[in-house]
Amino acid sequence: MKNKAMIEFKNVTFKYNSQSEPTLKHVSLTIDQGEKVLIVGPSGSGKSTLGNLINGIIPENIKGEIQGTILVNGHDVKDMSIFDQSLNVSSMLQDSNDQFVGLTVAEDIAFGMENDCTDNVTMRKKVKAWSDYLHIHQLLKQSPNSLSGGQKQRTSLAGVLVDESPILLLDEPLAALDPAAGLRSIQLLDDIHKHLRNTVIIIEHRIEEVLTQDVDRVVLMDDGKIVGSFTPDNLLKRDILKNYGLRNPLYLDALKLAGVDFNSLSNIDSVNLVNGNHVNDKLHQLNLNQATKRLNQSTDPILKINDLSFAYNHHPIFKHLNLTIYKGDMISLVGKNGVGKSTLSKLIAGFIKPNHGKIIFNHRNLSNLSIKERADHIGYIMQDPDKMISQVMIRDEIALGLKLRHYPKSQIDAKVKQALKVCKLYEFRNWPVSALSYGQKKRLTIASILVLNPELLILDEPTAGQDYYHYNEIMQFLRKLNQERHLTMIFITHDMYLMTEYSNRTIVLGNQNIMKDAAPEKVLNDDQLLLASHLRKTSLSILAKRFHIDPIKLTNTLITKERENDNGQ
Amino acid sequence: MNKKKLSVQSVVAIGIGTAILFLLKRWVSIPTGIPNTNIDTSYGFLGFIAVLFGPVVGFFVGFFGHALSDFTQFGAPWWTWVFTTGLVGFALGFLKKYMKPEEGRFGKKKLIIYNIYQVIINVIGWLLIAPTGDVLIYSEPANKVYLQGIVSAISNSLSTGIIGTILLVVYASSKVKKGSLKKE
Amino acid sequence: MDNNIFGYDHNNTWVHQLTGTSKLLFFILVSIIAMISYDVRFITLVLILSLIILYQSQIKWSQVRLIVKLILIFACLNLITVYIFSPGHGAYLYGTQHIILHLGYFTLTKEQLFYELNLALKYLVTVPISLVFLITTNPSEFSSSLNHIGVSYRLSYAVSLALRYIPDVQRDYQEISMAQQARGYELSKKGKFMTRIKGVSQILIPLILSSLDKIQVISQAMELRRFGKNKKRTWYMARKFSRNDYLTIVLAILIVLLGVWFMKIDGGRFFNPFK
Ligand SMILES: Nc1ncnc2c1ncn2[C@@H]1O[C@H](COP(=O)(O)OP(=O)(O)OP(=O)(O)O)[C@@H](O)[C@H]1O
Ligand SMILES: Nc1ncnc2c1ncn2[C@@H]1O[C@H](COP(=O)(O)OP(=O)(O)OP(=O)(O)O)[C@@H](O)[C@H]1O
Ligand SMILES: [Mg+2]
Ligand SMILES: [Mg+2]
Repeated sequence: MKNKAMIEFKNVTFKYNSQSEPTLKHVSLTIDQGEKVLIVGPSGSGKSTLGNLINGIIPENIKGEIQGTILVNGHDVKDMSIFDQSLNVSSMLQDSNDQFVGLTVAEDIAFGMENDCTDNVTMRKKVKAWSDYLHIHQLLKQSPNSLSGGQKQRTSLAGVLVDESPILLLDEPLAALDPAAGLRSIQLLDDIHKHLRNTVIIIEHRIEEVLTQDVDRVVLMDDGKIVGSFTPDNLLKRDILKNYGLRNPLYLDALKLAGVDFNSLSNIDSVNLVNGNHVNDKLHQLNLNQATKRLNQSTDPILKINDLSFAYNHHPIFKHLNLTIYKGDMISLVGKNGVGKSTLSKLIAGFIKPNHGKIIFNHRNLSNLSIKERADHIGYIMQDPDKMISQVMIRDEIALGLKLRHYPKSQIDAKVKQALKVCKLYEFRNWPVSALSYGQKKRLTIASILVLNPELLILDEPTAGQDYYHYNEIMQFLRKLNQERHLTMIFITHDMYLMTEYSNRTIVLGNQNIMKDAAPEKVLNDDQLLLASHLRKTSLSILAKRFHIDPIKLTNTLITKERENDNGQ
Repeated sequence: MNKKKLSVQSVVAIGIGTAILFLLKRWVSIPTGIPNTNIDTSYGFLGFIAVLFGPVVGFFVGFFGHALSDFTQFGAPWWTWVFTTGLVGFALGFLKKYMKPEEGRFGKKKLIIYNIYQVIINVIGWLLIAPTGDVLIYSEPANKVYLQGIVSAISNSLSTGIIGTILLVVYASSKVKKGSLKKE
Repeated sequence: MDNNIFGYDHNNTWVHQLTGTSKLLFFILVSIIAMISYDVRFITLVLILSLIILYQSQIKWSQVRLIVKLILIFACLNLITVYIFSPGHGAYLYGTQHIILHLGYFTLTKEQLFYELNLALKYLVTVPISLVFLITTNPSEFSSSLNHIGVSYRLSYAVSLALRYIPDVQRDYQEISMAQQARGYELSKKGKFMTRIKGVSQILIPLILSSLDKIQVISQAMELRRFGKNKKRTWYMARKFSRNDYLTIVLAILIVLLGVWFMKIDGGRFFNPFK
């Protein structure tokens, strides 16, 4: 049975007004009714642009030249207003934070219905129905900015689902979610898809997580073109994601390492089911590395937190927290959304003051030092890049801290150039900041703190919204700094593999204190802890367990292998 | 007043603009060194947003922002001054046609015109309209309100001038010119 | 939870149960007439009435202590300035002069005292109603009330957006300020005037440029959910009028009429006991 086509792109080329080259080039794509499609591609490849063409934001709100034809639900988008189109397409934009327009969750869900002049009785009924379905009914009176990341997501979903339109379009719905919340969202989306039988389009960098549920098709984009459109099975067997700077599911990397031929695998898209003739043998033949890892030998404390307590207007975040960090530590700070990871960083950087307790840096009590004085030693890269960037041009932004510290011009130029190269921004060096994508801005803020040469670096979710190629690039550079200059580092992340790959110590926050302070492998082996702190095993560990291999050794082997490859390049 | 419908963008600009003006008015002022006289930074922002979005947005951002701030500070808005802030925003908004912010370029000449015009508007507003309103509606003594008017006219034109100009220049340089972006 | 900058406090008195629309109408009508009238008897009457309403809405002193203190300080300062600048203003307004104390320029007259008493009452008369309005009206209901009294829904929604984003912008401002200080700006009192202006601009620039992006994104999100499609819209938080609502509006109209009647017998805005 051939389904009706829901979305058709016929040889579409699109150029933003400010760009000199088209962003989308000769795109042809058909998505059928009831299909669930995942769109992947490196950062800047044009995924959001494609999405915005479907929901009408382009050309209604963002201007540019369109060539070719786009049909949505059988109608040419040229003849439709953004309002008509929104009845066909419910969209969640890339940054869900800014999408809340209501003062409370209930009002936000009802917003679309209010605009359709729906009467109050119907509105209340529908809001109740959808909030029950999404389990947010107890939040209806709260204001959206008091919600956790996962709750925010459900709220914006409810707000678009009430429209019950035939197409659901989600642009990076998982970006800010902790692993457990991310998984639940994906399950929820699958549930909704089965329930409504609508067409679902998901744009996402976290490919492995999306593929944990059924997906009909994966569309791979690169540089404004569609590379191809594959079933997940077909895509994974071809093993081409890495060529485009994207991350393969981890368990497949391990199988590849073991020399398994992907074409012989069944259920390749599920770590729980994947199997084949020689998988077991090959995995056991693998030469597993011992845990050779990088224990930090230093016993010289760089940062000590003594009996710290902090509350946001009577809402306690930390109680009696103690922590010592040693020179050369590379620490991953993890925990569920809203547990206080960013808050702890701000306390260290001096943005907020503890209610009780001391923070000691290099034997010096920090309480009397201003933010600026602390910043001479401690670099803090905030979660939201827009809050840090104040200059118009990329170059000036990186140079700002140096200028204010009265470095001579020649030194500034040299340092800026080096930072531009490290953070892969050199080709954009003469652009204004406003032309950068989210991931690029994030790299810019890293560059502008790195030039200041801090002794302790705190990175708040450095890899959010980045594709694999770029995050790998940044993390490798940071590790080099750590090894060569003993730069101490704390990074906040929701990525469990990143945590194992790059840190020697993991600190899990929870219950207003530290729940666990141990090697990353130990954390990943503690099932109860994982559940309580919304973390999740990597698919690598799941694979290892299934085939009775030591997960820690398997992880180490893969990491070692990848490092060799990277260094070889 | 709303014969022509407000665009959705104007609605949002009024909303966000009001929020910013409110906060600037309540929390962000710069002491001048003369006791009890602070530069009210919100007027710099008002000039900027009015030039970008035009007279209607300028009026409501000024009016709502000032009213909300009075409301929460003094329990009741001082209507004559609230209204004057709205009018200043309204008048400054007419510069949108001349300044053409969408072209993303403000030359020296445009900035000079902006500054001359803003001083005139501030003087009319704070030296003429606001104090006269006070005398007529609140029956306050003339010499008191006119002196307050002089001080406000000076400090508000400083704010509209310095902060507004800085914002405009930065905004213009952050605008990307048509078809100009190339990786090198 | 968080939308509490204006002190809304959930409770269940009859004042809380009134719709925002009737409270808003009451507030507007009464404050206009109180602004126009200079009749001490009328204003005292309104003040007493509004104090009764304040009492009835069970607002605690601790909720309003700070704002009331500020208002009192502001009122006193203003009264003193008026006296310093124009000790003869009362005599000028009322056309007579009953001297209490000879002090040259600062000669104190009964008329001046009476005028300043009027002023003081006028500064204070709307305060209780404003407080009642702020504390008993759910901000979510406010924009629908504006719409119901005739403000276009687009403008009403703009106000709602302002209320929604004030806490956000406030948080952004603080964080940006910190981030700039971490880069090395001196924003404390030590800096010179121009340095401070530059420093403040340094925070305003990211705040404002990112807000411009926000404006773009929010209007996209709103259009995607069809804001602005129809001539009207409904409001999730709107409530039906009850008997008390009608009574409130009738009361407001009666107060206005009373004020007008007082002006009629005074033959103008001023009540003059010295004639
Ligand atoms: N409003 C705009 N004006 C000009 N250029 C733009 C605009 N939006 C995006 N671009 C450019 O178009 C290209 C594709 O951007 P797009 O946002 O579609 O990428 P993406 O694949 O969604 O990336 P990401 O994964 O980082 O979200 C980028 O190079 C970007 O610089
Ligand atoms: N300025 C603030 N005022 C009041 N509460 C706040 C403030 N900032 C954060 N919070 C609250 O404090 C808690 C901790 O927030 P924080 O941002 O530190 O979480 P996080 O661990 O970084 O979460 P995420 O993973 O989502 O980034 C949250 O419940 C949040 O709502
Ligand atoms: Mg995108
Ligand atoms: Mg955080």
